[in-house]
Amino acid sequence: MSRQTDTRASVPNYPTRAFTRAQPQGFGRRALQHRSFVLGALLTTLLIAAALLSFAWTPGSAYEVDMDAALQASSSRHWLGTDAFGRDIASQILVGARASIAVGLIAVGIGLTLGVVLGLVAAARRGWVEEIIMRLADFTFAFPALLSAIMLTAVFGAGMINAIIAIGIFNIPTFARITRASANAIWARDYVLAARACGKSRSAITLQHVLPNIAAVLVVQATIQFALAILAEAALSYLGLGTQPPQPSWGRMLSEAQTLMFQAPLLAVWPGLAIALSVLGLNLLGDGLRDLLDPRLTRER
Amino acid sequence: MNEPAETSEAGTSSAILLRVSGLKRAYSRPRTSLWRKPEPLQALRGVSFELQGGQSLGVVGESGSGKSTLARLVMALDRPSEGRVELLGRNLHLLSEQELRAARRDFQMVFQDPYGSLDPRMTVEAIVSEPLGTTHEKLSRPARRQQVLSVLDQVGLRAQDADKYPHEFSGGQRQRIAIARALITRPRLIVADEPVSALDVSVQAQVLNLMQDLQRELGLSYLFISHDLAVVQHVCDQVIVLHQGEVVERGTPRKLFSAPEHPYTQALVKAAPRVI
Amino acid sequence: MALLEVSNLTINLQTHRGRAQAVRDVSFTLERGATLGLIGESGCGKSLTALALMGLLPEHAQVDGSIQLDGQELLGLSERQLCALRGNRMAMVFQEPMSALNPVHSIGRQVAEPLRLHLGMSRAQARARATELLERVGIAQAAQRLDEYPHQFSGGQRQRIMIAMALACGPDLLVADEPTTALDVTVQQRILDLLQELVAEHSMALVLISHDLGVIAQNAEQLLVMYGGTVVESGMTEAVFARRAHPYTRGLFAARPQLHAAEGTVRLPTIAGAVPELVDLPAGCPFAGRCAHTQDECYVERPQPRTLHQPSMAAPASLASWRQPHVARCLYEQVLTAGART
Repeated sequence: MSRQTDTRASVPNYPTRAFTRAQPQGFGRRALQHRSFVLGALLTTLLIAAALLSFAWTPGSAYEVDMDAALQASSSRHWLGTDAFGRDIASQILVGARASIAVGLIAVGIGLTLGVVLGLVAAARRGWVEEIIMRLADFTFAFPALLSAIMLTAVFGAGMINAIIAIGIFNIPTFARITRASANAIWARDYVLAARACGKSRSAITLQHVLPNIAAVLVVQATIQFALAILAEAALSYLGLGTQPPQPSWGRMLSEAQTLMFQAPLLAVWPGLAIALSVLGLNLLGDGLRDLLDPRLTRER
Repeated sequence: MNEPAETSEAGTSSAILLRVSGLKRAYSRPRTSLWRKPEPLQALRGVSFELQGGQSLGVVGESGSGKSTLARLVMALDRPSEGRVELLGRNLHLLSEQELRAARRDFQMVFQDPYGSLDPRMTVEAIVSEPLGTTHEKLSRPARRQQVLSVLDQVGLRAQDADKYPHEFSGGQRQRIAIARALITRPRLIVADEPVSALDVSVQAQVLNLMQDLQRELGLSYLFISHDLAVVQHVCDQVIVLHQGEVVERGTPRKLFSAPEHPYTQALVKAAPRVI
Repeated sequence: MALLEVSNLTINLQTHRGRAQAVRDVSFTLERGATLGLIGESGCGKSLTALALMGLLPEHAQVDGSIQLDGQELLGLSERQLCALRGNRMAMVFQEPMSALNPVHSIGRQVAEPLRLHLGMSRAQARARATELLERVGIAQAAQRLDEYPHQFSGGQRQRIMIAMALACGPDLLVADEPTTALDVTVQQRILDLLQELVAEHSMALVLISHDLGVIAQNAEQLLVMYGGTVVESGMTEAVFARRAHPYTRGLFAARPQLHAAEGTVRLPTIAGAVPELVDLPAGCPFAGRCAHTQDECYVERPQPRTLHQPSMAAPASLASWRQPHVARCLYEQVLTAGART
């Protein structure tokens, strides 16, 4: 049929423009060549592995008080030494990872779910709905996140659950804003207009067209928020408002180590290192993901 | 209820397919002063025309003429400030949401930008079958795929292309996919907003030929919007010239371009760069 | 000596399927005051050729051959040396005026930038000269509008501003890459006329790139027809358009919808197939497979340029340019002469 020969190239390949950026030969292969991503992924995996491992095994005991063994330096029995109550530092670090991850995951989960929904609704509805949602977000932003989290936990009681809720609440406007901005850009595209011309409802367009196209941005933001959540949890626990004893937490380990700075300086180093490496890993992961995911979404032209 | 529109071969009913009367659209501009409301922008100032079944109408205009606004109003993607758009005798903007959704099977649109009008995250099959989801009752997956394959064949693409993604195709092929999407519900009217402007000359010719063939085979009508007179002349029986929201001249392409009466039309014809 | 001499320019690019030749063996000369048109469709290499002239190719591009501006070899110059030339002795005008102008700088500042950079003018001097330039390109009330921003101007005006920027230092060579494609057709002609006036005034050489045959016909005395990175036909515009020796040129002409054509809709003749990816271009003639006269040798043997018409030395040269010979690349002479028209 003449129409077929019109399109079929003389050579069996479909054309692209002269110097198109190369299509990725598989996300995996590109990812493995990206330094930030690999390092970030390694550190994050380490963090998750530590937490998971702690459910099955710890080198010593994170909970057992043993005053005879207090403030020991690292030895074959206690790899990183013991704290003022004779508890094994290494074990505390492993178990403390659980708290960090739990808070990070759930708080960011809350922020992501509610924030994205609000942002999508704002972009789909426009008008006064959008105004209200964005002003609420602005209002929440006006409160310094950490101080408000402190205030909330101080009012409603200290503990991991309240810490999670507090941090989660302050994640919502971040996601709402970034979702709305990205979604607005997608709503302006021609393929959304084409979907409207087919008669698709706004909610169908949001789910089928908008959300898949902004997913990359959200994933990157989520990893960054995760890092911030870990820091926030550490800060709250340091102040005694987050994870409560006997559940180990890196932040609380830091505050306990503070008074013993001159007697056992290493006590502060281990949890500090753990926090720093986790946050670094997640930030690198987020950076790497942004590089790997975003260029695919921008137009080839 | 809505009877399925009959599509016959070449030479369809001479009934009026699309009638636009006194169409006006004004947009409010952003405020520049806290005290005074800004002057609204008159994108369309009263446009009227008729399109018969099986015929094609060209709309020629430059930027600021209101042609894109006209396209959106005819496609019922926007509400007019005044005036009527009647398709097959029914005023589109007075239909309920449900009736409008069902009516959309009769009119579809092809956009200018082959790179922006296809969702990069959807397969060709999903893109092309999108209109089926809303205008037709639930079709089974195999039946849907069958329709997609048949319409892909009509536009000169292959069956394997249904599972590929837009970035694997060139501009001309993407435009074919867009045309396939517009065809799948067997519409009577296709509104084409600068469908070939972003394409190379030789690719443009292929797509124009395709549109001509489809018009003949399926009894389609086009509302063909373009800034390029020669392209419009090629596909359309009648042409209207839009300038700053108004129709300044109308007629057959040949007459309009060989003996333009309105000064704007004359300027347009004169400015088109000609090969010796 | 010609102002611009390009010999055997070859550009290799890295694509995801390996190295590919994006531009093959392009040669031409250009005198002062002359306009060269580069015509071709997407992917033919015309934009890359333009970027190569300015030294603006992407990092991974490998360039071979020679580009000489007034006897000075441009390929192999350091970035610093190239920066001294760009904006100064050679300038470029781009397709999209909105993205080529910085939206957060006033137009006065943008036009004055090359003046301050290359000619070392003071702010006051540069401002005065910028006003002159803007007036010359047709921006009304230029003095008052110096501090306005690009978004306050129309598309045509922005393109004029870009031309003013390009001309600020009085370059010898101006490269215009599809300067009017994004503009309305009524504005297009005025911008092209402006370019022609300026070229004559300053005795510049202009390389005009377009996919529009009409634009090239009315604005370039000599042209190169490019396909798949190769110059398939070249010569004086009149001669090429009259004769249309190469099958691709013929196909390009035939595929244009014509104004004032016969009554009734006519099927446009098309060029069969589509442009293959760079890595898939045949080793021989790039048009092999799409050409109606393809033979087996066409895929492997690269056609050399054949001179179809050598202008006699006695013929008066137009303006400042030598009359270029009409050259086309094909393995078979009969293919080139077959479509001869007067």
